[in-house]
Amino acid sequence: MPITITMPALSPTMTEGTLAKWLMKEGDPVQSGDLLAEIETDKATMEVESIDEGVLARILVAEGTEGVPVNAPIAILLEEGEDASALEGVVTTPAPVAAAPVAPAPVAAPAPGAITAPAAPVAAAATADGGGRILSSPLARRMAAQSGLDLVALSGSGPRGRIVKADIEAAIAGGGAVAAAAAAPADAAPTPATEASPFEGEFELLPLTTMRKTIARRMSESKREAPHFYLTMDCELDDLLALRKDLNDRADGAYKISVNDLVIKAAAVALMKVPAANAGYSTAGIKFYKTADISVAVASERGLITPVVRNANGKGLEAISKEVRELAQKANDGKLMPEDYQGGSFSISNLGMYGVKQFDAVINTPQACILAVGAGEQRPVVKDGALAIAMVMSVTLSVDHRAVDGAVGAQFLGVFKGLIQDPLTMLL
Amino acid sequence: MAAQEFDLVVVGSGPGGYVAAIRAAQLGLDVAIVEREHLGGICLNWGCIPTKALLRSAEVYHLAKAADQYGLKIREIEVDINAIVKRSRGIAKQLNAGVGHLLKKNKVEVLMGHARLLGGGRLAVEVDGVSVMELSAKNIILATGARARDLPGMEADGKQIWNYRHALVADSIPKKLLVVGSGAIGIEFASFFNELGSDVTVIEVLDRVLPVEDEEISAMAHKAFEKQGMRLLTGVQVKGLKKAADGVTAAIETADGKAETITVDRVIMAVGIVGNVEDLGLENTAVKVDRSHVVVDQWLATGEPGVYAIGDLAAPPWLAHKASHEGVICVEKIAGVADVHPLVPMNIPGCTYCHPQVASVGLTEAAAIAAGHKVRVGRFPFIGNGKAIALGDPEGMVKTVFDETTGELLGAHMIGPEVTELIQGYVVARTMESTEAELLHTVFPHPTLSEAMHESVLDAMGRAIHF
Repeated sequence: MPITITMPALSPTMTEGTLAKWLMKEGDPVQSGDLLAEIETDKATMEVESIDEGVLARILVAEGTEGVPVNAPIAILLEEGEDASALEGVVTTPAPVAAAPVAPAPVAAPAPGAITAPAAPVAAAATADGGGRILSSPLARRMAAQSGLDLVALSGSGPRGRIVKADIEAAIAGGGAVAAAAAAPADAAPTPATEASPFEGEFELLPLTTMRKTIARRMSESKREAPHFYLTMDCELDDLLALRKDLNDRADGAYKISVNDLVIKAAAVALMKVPAANAGYSTAGIKFYKTADISVAVASERGLITPVVRNANGKGLEAISKEVRELAQKANDGKLMPEDYQGGSFSISNLGMYGVKQFDAVINTPQACILAVGAGEQRPVVKDGALAIAMVMSVTLSVDHRAVDGAVGAQFLGVFKGLIQDPLTMLL
Repeated sequence: MAAQEFDLVVVGSGPGGYVAAIRAAQLGLDVAIVEREHLGGICLNWGCIPTKALLRSAEVYHLAKAADQYGLKIREIEVDINAIVKRSRGIAKQLNAGVGHLLKKNKVEVLMGHARLLGGGRLAVEVDGVSVMELSAKNIILATGARARDLPGMEADGKQIWNYRHALVADSIPKKLLVVGSGAIGIEFASFFNELGSDVTVIEVLDRVLPVEDEEISAMAHKAFEKQGMRLLTGVQVKGLKKAADGVTAAIETADGKAETITVDRVIMAVGIVGNVEDLGLENTAVKVDRSHVVVDQWLATGEPGVYAIGDLAAPPWLAHKASHEGVICVEKIAGVADVHPLVPMNIPGCTYCHPQVASVGLTEAAAIAAGHKVRVGRFPFIGNGKAIALGDPEGMVKTVFDETTGELLGAHMIGPEVTELIQGYVVARTMESTEAELLHTVFPHPTLSEAMHESVLDAMGRAIHF
C-alpha cells in the first residue's frame, strides 16, 4: 500500500502551516530519517523527516502553499516493489484532498488575473488565497465589528474555512484575545493598502511571509489596543562595565558575559522587587507572573522574534549568557520551537549595538512592559556639582496603561537603574 | 455462504437512502442498497409527490370553478376521483422508475428484500422471512424512514379510518370527512377533499392549526380555511372512534372539558409518525433507539461503530429534503471528504401545499423572542403585490424576523400563492448568513410574487414602498 505523508503538527496548538520547501523531488528514493520538506509555522521553520522508506511518488502540495491544515496529505510514498499503478487507488480515494485532482498543486505565483478558488489542501484556512482575502459571512463581519474582533485572528469553521456566526460567538465566549472596546469601528481591521497609486515609483513586491504577517498583526494589535506610555532614565555603566570585565577575565574562555546579559539579569531582579510590573493584560483580569520570563528581541534574518529566557531571576549570568546565545542562533536558523518564544512576562529590546541613543519600543502584548535599551556611551554628567565624564546608557520603558500605572513603571525603572549602577546589589 | 462485500450498504431507498447511495457511488465507494418495497420510498410513492399530484387536480378544479372571474365560461366540470388518483399513481410510478435508472447508472447494487443487521458489519437480506443473501459492509446507513402513527383503539383500517396511504388511493370523495391532526399531512388532505366538495372538519389538540408555524401565519391559515368552508376545532382531543355501518362517530373533548360527538363517513388520522426501527436486527448492535427513532450525533453516527442513521428514522424535522442532505453529509464524512459540515436545523425550510400555501424557515417571532433576541419584524401582504393580484390570488403575506442588533435574518414565514417555491430565497440568505443589508440590496424581478419578500424586509426597516 502506498504511504500517505500528512502535514505534521509541530506544536500542540498548530492547526496549519506553510509548506515552505520540498527537499526532495518526485522519484527520489527515501530512507527512513531523510528530510522531506521544510514546514513554516507563524514563527518557526522545521524539517519533516520520513519515518518510512520508499520512493517519493507524488507531491500533493506544492512549495509555498500556505495554510495547509494539519493532517492534510502532502505527499505519497510508494513502498518497495510498488509501481505507479498502485497510486490510482490512493489518489482517488477520497481523503481530505478529496475533490481536488492531484495534478500539480497551486504554486505561489498564480497566472496573471487568475482568481480561482483555493485548491482543496488549503481549503480550511480562512485566509486561503494568496490575496489575503478573509472568507467570512456578512453576519460574521457585522458581529465581529460590533464586538471589536479582528477577523484576521479567527479561523473559520464554515465551507472553505469561511468565518461564520458560530466562530464569532465562540470567540466572544472564549473572551477572544483580540476583544477590544465594543465600539471599535467596522473598518478597524488593518486593510493592506494594495491599491496602486499612479504616482508610485517602481518597486519589487516581496510577498509577506508567515512570520512577517504575524509581526504585522501583533504589532498593529498592540499599538491599536494597548495604550502606551513611556518612561526614560539614564543609567551610568562604569561600575557595571568594570564588573563585566572582572568576570570575563576569570572566564578562561568558558563564557563571555555581555552588557545585554547583565541588563537581562538586572531587569529580572528588578521585576522580583517590583512584581506589579511583571504583569500582563487580559479581558479576564490582570495577570501577575510569578517568575521573570524575559523575552529578548532578536533581529534574525527572517525578522523580529522574541525567544524567552525563562526564570531569569533564578539564573546566574553564565547561564543567561549561554541561553541567549543559543536562542539567537536558533532564531537565525528558523529553528525556534513554539515553547522557545511563547509566554514571556517582560520584554527587552536592545538596539545599543547599532548606536541608537534612545528609542520607544512597541509593547509585546499581552505583556505589559518592554524595556528599550540604548547604547552605552561617554557623556558629560554632573557629579557633586562638577562636570564629569561617565559611560551612560538611556533606557525607556513602554508600559500598557491598562495593566500598569505610571508610578509602578517609575518604581521599576528606579530599581533597575540602581541595580545597573551598583551591580553587586544584584547578588543580594 | 460467503458474504458479498461492500464499502457501504444503505438500508432503505427513500430520498435519504437513494441519494446517499448515489453520492457514495460518485465518491468511488462500492455501494449496495436494500429496499423492501418501492425504490424512492414513501416520498415519491406514498408521500410528497403523489399528494402534490392530487393537490394540483384540486387547484385546477378550483380555477375552473372560478373561470368566470377570468373571463372564461366553463359550463360543466365533473370531478372524477378515480382519474385523479390514477394520475397521481402514474406520476409516482414514473418517478419510481427514474430512481431505479439513476441507481443503475451509478452502478449501485439494488437488492430487493428486507435487511437485518447481524452485528459486526454484517447484514442478511430476507425475502418472505427467509435469508437469501448475506452482506458484509464497512459502513451501513439505516434509512428505513417512518410510518403514520396509530392512536390506540383508533387504528387505520383502510375502510372507514384512513391514514395518508389510504387517502392517497381514495375510491370516493367522502361526503363528511374528519381529519385528526392539523400538521402538514392533515391539512393537505383536508384542503384537497374540501376543495373537491367534502364537508371537512379538522381537529387539532394544540391551540392552533399548523402549530409549528408562526402564530400569525397559523391565524391567517385558520381564517382562510374557514372561509373555504372547513370547520376547524383547536384545543380538542379525540377520545374514541366508533365505527358503524353508516359512518364513524368521533367522541371529542374540548379544552374546557366539554364532550361532543361528530359523525362522518371517513376519518383521516394524521397524528404524526413513528420511526421504522422494528425488525432491523438493532438488538444485534449498540444502536440506541429513543421513542421509535434512532439516536445519532451530528455526523449521523449511531452508538454502533460503522452504522449510521438518516432521515425520518433519525431526529426531526421529518422532511425528505432533510433526509437527502443528511445522506450526503453522512457519506462524505465516511469517505473522508474535506470540508464537510453538519446540517444546521434552523436552515431547513418547511412547506405545506394547502391552499393558500405555507412555507417557512428559521425561528418564529415567538421563538426568537423566547431565545432572547430583540427582534425587528417585517410584514407584507400579497394584496400589495401586482403579480398576486394579476393571478387572482392575493391572499396571504410574507413575514420576516430580524435580530435588531446584528441584522441576522432569524426567520421567514410565508402564506399565499406559490410561497413553497419562494421560500428558498430566504433559505439561501440564511445559509449565507445574510443580514438585512444584503436582502435590501438584492434586486427582485418585477412583476413577481418574490417582490413581496423584498418588501417584507423593507418593512422590517420601516421602508416598505407598496403598502
